[in-house]
Amino acid sequence: MTAPSSGLALEITGLNKSFGGLKVTQGVSLAIRPGERRLIIGPNGAGKTTLFNQISGDMRPNSGRIKLFDKDVTMFAPYRRAHLGLSRTYQIITLFAGDTLEHNVTLGLLGLLPSRWQMWRPLSSYRHLATEARRTLDSVGLLHLADHPVSDLAYGEKRRVELAMALSQKPRVLLLDEPLAGLSNSERATVKSEIASISKQTTVVMIEHDMDTALDLAETVTLLNYGRVIVDGDRDTVIADERTREVYLGA
Amino acid sequence: MKWIGSALIAAALLLPPFVAGDFYINLASQILIAAIFALSLNLLVGFGGMTSLGHASYLGVAAYLSALLTSRYGFGHGTAALISILGTIVMAALFGLIALRATGLGFLMITLALSQVLWGLAYRMSDVTNGDNGITGLTRPSPFGISLDSAASFYWFALAVTAFAFAMMAIFVSSSFGSSLKGVRDQPRRMAALGFNPWMIRWITFIYAGFWGGIAGLLYVYYNKYIHPTSLSTTSSAEALLGVIAGGSGTLGGPAVGAALVLLLKNYASAYVERWNMLLGLVFLFIVLVMPTGIVPGVQKLTARFKGRSS
Amino acid sequence: MQFWIIQGLNSLSLGGLLFLLSSGFSLIFGLMRLANLTHGAFFMLGTYFGAVALRGYSGLNIWVTALGAGIAVAALGGLFERLVLTRLKTNPLGQVLVTLGMSFIISDACLVLWGGDSIPVPTPQNLQAPTRLFGFVFPTYRLVLVGVAVIAAIALYVLMDRTRLGAMIRAGVDDRQMARAVGIPVSRLFTIVFCLGAGIAGAAGVLGGPILSAYPGLDADMLPLALIVVILGGIGSLFGAFIGSFIIGFIYTFGTTLFPELAYVILFLPMIVVIAFRPQGLFGRAGA
Repeated sequence: MTAPSSGLALEITGLNKSFGGLKVTQGVSLAIRPGERRLIIGPNGAGKTTLFNQISGDMRPNSGRIKLFDKDVTMFAPYRRAHLGLSRTYQIITLFAGDTLEHNVTLGLLGLLPSRWQMWRPLSSYRHLATEARRTLDSVGLLHLADHPVSDLAYGEKRRVELAMALSQKPRVLLLDEPLAGLSNSERATVKSEIASISKQTTVVMIEHDMDTALDLAETVTLLNYGRVIVDGDRDTVIADERTREVYLGA
Repeated sequence: MKWIGSALIAAALLLPPFVAGDFYINLASQILIAAIFALSLNLLVGFGGMTSLGHASYLGVAAYLSALLTSRYGFGHGTAALISILGTIVMAALFGLIALRATGLGFLMITLALSQVLWGLAYRMSDVTNGDNGITGLTRPSPFGISLDSAASFYWFALAVTAFAFAMMAIFVSSSFGSSLKGVRDQPRRMAALGFNPWMIRWITFIYAGFWGGIAGLLYVYYNKYIHPTSLSTTSSAEALLGVIAGGSGTLGGPAVGAALVLLLKNYASAYVERWNMLLGLVFLFIVLVMPTGIVPGVQKLTARFKGRSS
Repeated sequence: MQFWIIQGLNSLSLGGLLFLLSSGFSLIFGLMRLANLTHGAFFMLGTYFGAVALRGYSGLNIWVTALGAGIAVAALGGLFERLVLTRLKTNPLGQVLVTLGMSFIISDACLVLWGGDSIPVPTPQNLQAPTRLFGFVFPTYRLVLVGVAVIAAIALYVLMDRTRLGAMIRAGVDDRQMARAVGIPVSRLFTIVFCLGAGIAGAAGVLGGPILSAYPGLDADMLPLALIVVILGGIGSLFGAFIGSFIIGFIYTFGTTLFPELAYVILFLPMIVVIAFRPQGLFGRAGA
């Protein structure tokens, strides 16, 4: 009696969200396959981050459905979606500024583990977590800063830590909210190569405001404007589409 | 350097019954009780980022329950203590459910309103609580047959409980749960995205803080052998909060120091100044305006600077 | 029947007083995001002021006294805001603590100045004679209080909705940063609103005198009521404060008369219900 599996990693159907009279998401539907690299673009105010907020659970839609690997998560709190394999980075840095890099990543690892409820043993006694955290930092080339507080880091390095934390949970779906924003050219190249090397086991959905920077990371592209999906399809088709040019030049 | 400090404190704590008269030993006992109370509040304020102005509820409820069970219903101290703490935990769970519907100032106002309700009940339900007269003629327990009636014996008892409480809280704070609590305090959205349940973490902490507040309440009623609605008042909650802020909410031990200072001030000030409340208010203003992070961090900064200069 | 009518009127007049008290609290919280715990003390200061003035000078008009007290308390509030609160802009917890401290200072000062006994306040002579309406007898002063609350509500509505000051206040409540960005003098607004709130509380204190009397602890009795009204009615909503005040006025009056021991619990229940199902209050803005 169960519905046939759609085989989709992330399925959004008819999502609507308004603030008072302002409609920020209008009838948005997306079908994202496992392993896909989807880029969501659109001018400022198009509703990209609001869409992400609804996918991650930070906001509730007014109507519509969100399914994560066929599980209806529309009403789930954000932490429950994390346990179903959803991970996300934010536009603003939300790291624990006063704590070391290792502590930040360790917390990231702890989020899905039962031992996060444990009130007896000091966190520092979990050797395997520390090892895993250091390994994660090493994979993004930041091991040498492991014992430094996050506040010591450059902006680009903080972004890489955020990415590392999100990846350390081995998510099935990863939402990246403007991961390249505010980075210098060299930092951008580093982060891009890190994103490009994400395993195909993780489906990646990215928001970028500036089309050119992230285009080569994308397989498929969705163009949003005024909360609506304007064009949706594989990268080259969307770029060539009339409407894309209209939105970016005509607006 | 740290060990010398801790050793000095340990020595200071062990001294009173040997060098001081009953008055000072009793004062030391009161300081210990205030310290546990402030430390329990700091679990919420400093580590949880939840400022409550209703913490006296837990002290008061445990105290009143113990008083009523032993004096009116003939329960032994052991059973009464158990029931009182259980009652306090249930109440903390209930109050937490209500108060945690809000955060920040909303949370503060709700904790204030809830504790005022409790205070009002203690005042008005005179057939049960004896209202403004309070409940008198209470006794101290005799754990393992040892009497706690002398100042010194009560002090050792209070010291043992305080040391235990401090150790438990230190363990709590450095555990994975404690780390997740601090994480929720600093970045609740990030923590939720990582898989932590912020509400549950806050609620459990709220109950745990209430538990220790209840323990302080039991010690309080044993020490005084008397309980009165003022123990549930906003002033009582405010004194604890002042202790936390004055001592420094960012450290584990800071609130204990702050609570000691507030108590000493209260004791000595009442000899010279009739108006404790007014003085309390002025001290609040002074601490918040002049030393917002508290005394202990202030001293730590000074010693760090001193060390830096001499090296 | 007379009993229910009288208690009904008592509820209305208490509700009116509560509105005067909590409107200021709601405004201050809405604009300054400050839970002003001194508010009960401001009210009490007004009551003592009225008690002393009206008992000392028999010819004094209560309305003038209320105005005088309002101005005096507003001035005190303004000094406090300028000297203390502005230094704590980045420390919202500190702000709450100093308002608490200030409430202790004021309440203790009242104790020192006027002693521990309750001081009854005389009802103005021209309002002492009872009013006859529909065959029932009503204490005139209480009727008048309800009228005053309604007038104050209308005045505040006009202020907030029809004046430039009100528009600036509403802008500040909705988005403080944006208001500053468009040139609204937000810190001056803060002082004005704080003075306004304190002043209304002080004036309300005078008007409440004949009903409540001046006694130590009045501030501790009134503050939780104001808190509950604002939690119930919704933060930032004057209309919510209006409705909430009368709901609480009724619950408190009938509660204390019918079940004196459980008055606080009965008061408490609507608050729990509201918080459980609608944390932003009946009319509040979510995220306040």
